[in-house]
Amino acid sequence: MNKLSIASKLSAGFLLIVSAVAVLAPWVAPYSYETQDTLQTLAFPSIEHWMGTDRLGRDLLSRMIYGARVSLFIGVFTTLFALMIGAIYGAISAYVGGRTDNLMMRVVDVVFALPDLLMIILITVLMGRGVAGVFIALTLVSWVTVARLVRGEVLRIKEFPYVQAARALGASPARILLREIFPNILGILMVTLSFRVPVAILAESTLSFIGLGIAPPFSSWGSLANDGWTAIKFYPHLILFPSAAIFLTILSFNFLGDGLREILDPKASQDTI
Amino acid sequence: MGIPVLVTVATLTFLIMHWVPGGPFDTEKILPPEIIANIEAKYHLDKPLPLQYLLYMKQLLQGDLGPSYKYLGRDVSDIIRDTFPVSFALGLCAVLVVLGLGIPAGMISAYWKNSLLDRSVLLLAAMGISVPSFVLGAISVWIFSHQWHLLPPALWEGPRHMILPAFALGAGFAGYIARLTRTTMLSVLASDYIRTARAKGLTEPVIMFKHVLKNSIYPIVSVMGPLTAGLVTGSFVIEYIFSIPGMGRFFITAVTNRDYPLIMGVTLVYAVLIVIANTIVDMVYGWLDPRVTLK
Repeated sequence: MNKLSIASKLSAGFLLIVSAVAVLAPWVAPYSYETQDTLQTLAFPSIEHWMGTDRLGRDLLSRMIYGARVSLFIGVFTTLFALMIGAIYGAISAYVGGRTDNLMMRVVDVVFALPDLLMIILITVLMGRGVAGVFIALTLVSWVTVARLVRGEVLRIKEFPYVQAARALGASPARILLREIFPNILGILMVTLSFRVPVAILAESTLSFIGLGIAPPFSSWGSLANDGWTAIKFYPHLILFPSAAIFLTILSFNFLGDGLREILDPKASQDTI
Repeated sequence: MGIPVLVTVATLTFLIMHWVPGGPFDTEKILPPEIIANIEAKYHLDKPLPLQYLLYMKQLLQGDLGPSYKYLGRDVSDIIRDTFPVSFALGLCAVLVVLGLGIPAGMISAYWKNSLLDRSVLLLAAMGISVPSFVLGAISVWIFSHQWHLLPPALWEGPRHMILPAFALGAGFAGYIARLTRTTMLSVLASDYIRTARAKGLTEPVIMFKHVLKNSIYPIVSVMGPLTAGLVTGSFVIEYIFSIPGMGRFFITAVTNRDYPLIMGVTLVYAVLIVIANTIVDMVYGWLDPRVTLK
């Protein structure tokens, strides 16, 4: 078995630290995310405020730590949800086959052909801005990729002799899917997870950056970057720190995904867009 | 594939826009009910939903996207006609960046496999794929406009204004293309006919450009469809950052203003664009590669 590359290990370490900080936010953050230091508004990084303060004198580091909660929560959980929906849908489609399969895949084709970000924006318009709206919108557009993938895998695996053997022994379809097929696509699902999380984080941050995503009082890295954008000329740290956080997190997930793919799914080491 | 997608987009946008809480005419001022009734009658908002839907689809087929709710006296079609060329120019520049950076980088990387150059290209590509376009846009504005005063930070008034937006929009996709080019070229380079070409004594440039590049182009063509979709949706972020008067910026404003006809119009134009791009890609693909036959 291959080992994870150094880049993947470093990435995993970075992601663990960021996640830990995000989970432990109230204990780790030096200030609360809304405490105002009115004597130091728009301050540059200092010992008191490691990343400086925004225009209301709120500590940027603390806001980044709380923002990590929103960004990571949305990134990870929308992907998990999409993975679940997609896996169940794809598995059923492949297993039932025939006309049902055809119809189910037509639906996937149409959803797949819709431009993601555009659909996400329209759905958040319907659901209202905020964590719930972004969450549902992201899940709704991203399950189709998983459904296609899982369907293909199930179609391939269900012809294997051991699955046929299970069927001959009288195992129910649910049992075959869960006990025989599912363990064999777990690796691919892991790889998909680590590649889809950064896509979700990217979508959320982009949405929040253009002011259509996370709404106050919550803030994510994307909305922090948007806050900093207007002041970029004189107070660049306000946008540079959130941008760096988004970039490094996405980069780490991608490196981790590359590493996992080499170990778990060596065949599919091809680039897709 | 194109028609069902377009009908779905039209129907979905119509439904979404009508389920949204809060209307475009919600103002601070409380209007007399007669005026509200008048406004609603003018925009057919008083009719039952199925009838509105039919009216809307009928107008669409005639190419009429209706009046904008917020830009009074302007039709959505007018706004799109004014802003579309700007977005289109931005998209074309970005495609140039994507292909102009991505393909050469991938070729270099594949030719000098495992060299320092190859590794740098791969690292850059990984970074390009991971950097959100708004981060790239913001940072390049900060460096090139505010620090070095080389390029304008915003607006759309000539070639100098196009460089930063096109770069910010295209760089990420260039990373994908570089990786894709590298992977494909490596497999082509390992094939028998390349060995034959070498054995015949062809020079390296002839082999690289005539044999390898020509046979590596198909996967690149096939991702041009998704790429267009990515550039289209990426463009409204870039237009927002650089204050470019394109469709994307109007789309964002329309969403904030709940200007339903404008939202629906722009969404449809985007969907049509993507469907057209996919169709062109399929055709070019079939024309380039005789092994592919179109249904």
